[in-house]
Amino acid sequence: MLKITELSCQRGYNQLFSGLSFNVNAGDILRITGTNGSGKTSLLKILAGLNTQEQGSISLNKNKVKSEQYQEEVFYLGHLSALSSELSSIENLKFLTSLSKTINSQTLSQALNDVGLKGYEDEYCAKLSAGQKRRVILAGLFVSDAKLWLLDEPFTALDPKGVEIVEQRIKKHSEQGGICIFTTHQDSVLENQRVLAL
Amino acid sequence: MNIYMQTLKRDLRIAIRNPSSVLNPLLFFVISVSLFPLAISPESSTLSQIAAGIIWVASMLSVLLSLNALFHNDFENGVLEQMVISHHSLPLLILSKIISHWILTGIPIILLSPLLGLFLFLDSNGISVLMITLLLATPSLSLIGAIGASLIVGIKNSGMLLSLLILPLYIPILIFASSAVSQAQFGLEITGQLYFLGAILVVSLMAAPFVSALALKISLE
Repeated sequence: MLKITELSCQRGYNQLFSGLSFNVNAGDILRITGTNGSGKTSLLKILAGLNTQEQGSISLNKNKVKSEQYQEEVFYLGHLSALSSELSSIENLKFLTSLSKTINSQTLSQALNDVGLKGYEDEYCAKLSAGQKRRVILAGLFVSDAKLWLLDEPFTALDPKGVEIVEQRIKKHSEQGGICIFTTHQDSVLENQRVLAL
Repeated sequence: MNIYMQTLKRDLRIAIRNPSSVLNPLLFFVISVSLFPLAISPESSTLSQIAAGIIWVASMLSVLLSLNALFHNDFENGVLEQMVISHHSLPLLILSKIISHWILTGIPIILLSPLLGLFLFLDSNGISVLMITLLLATPSLSLIGAIGASLIVGIKNSGMLLSLLILPLYIPILIFASSAVSQAQFGLEITGQLYFLGAILVVSLMAAPFVSALALKISLE
């Protein structure tokens, strides 16, 4: 269970949120909503261990945020592609996944195939479109063992087929007992999603 | 292969595929050294006296020129974010990046230095000591430089700021390294200078990856 207690975040003179407390149980899908600048990305970054919260505590199964055990269980998909233009899709994917665990090339090729990038394994990422780049990092998400998925606008740049693939995977992850927290400005058809408005 | 070796290999691969980022500082090194005989004097006695200083200043400036690229691209594309949230040791991941930076800038400078030493009429003893000082001190240039590069990673057009931050920290290295070469040319003892360069290397190796990791986390906030 992900437990967030009395969380506060301030950026400059702007208090984004304060006294935020909620629990997310295994198998839950939580959608964070709010206007631009309401702190959705900051909240996800704090949960990922990237930013420091002003106050409050975060723990996943009693492991505190930024501890090795907590970070092992996190997959964070941010606004940035996390891909190097000079590397191919498979090389980028191999490096990104190896930051959490070692995965063989065959599994990675299959993951690229699953996100509709069959034949693009050796294509340099500089030549891929924004949607294809997004699919490469989503392939990394799909082979990850992380229990906590933090997805910041995961549907950005994806076509309807891509959105459907991601929604199916989120659903499967939830059925397997994983937690998914995501933000989106698009309509989502995910069932049983809880909503947190900032 | 562990993640630290993979990071090293990844950086080398990116550099090979984008050779201008590696070649520009090296070309600057060679060109700037070769301009001194034209500007000062082609006399062998004059050049051999100032050769060590010229080569050392040029190597520092070329390392400085290459430092901006150390973290910049990974910051822009989000790879640094993924490194920070990973459960692996961030200082060790950064150390892998620093080693790849040294392989791409420090080693070519060390290999080019005998040729440039001959060009500036440095004697064989001077060339040997020059190479030893470069071997001992270029890793320190990369390590100390990484601290500056991580502090300015989120700031645009920060080349001047990087020079202001880093060059004062390079000055002890410059003094000990060039004095070692000059003294060797006169047949004097140089052990003291080499010990100091070694000590600077050990201290930077122990501290720089941790300081750099902290600075990167602050930059990513």
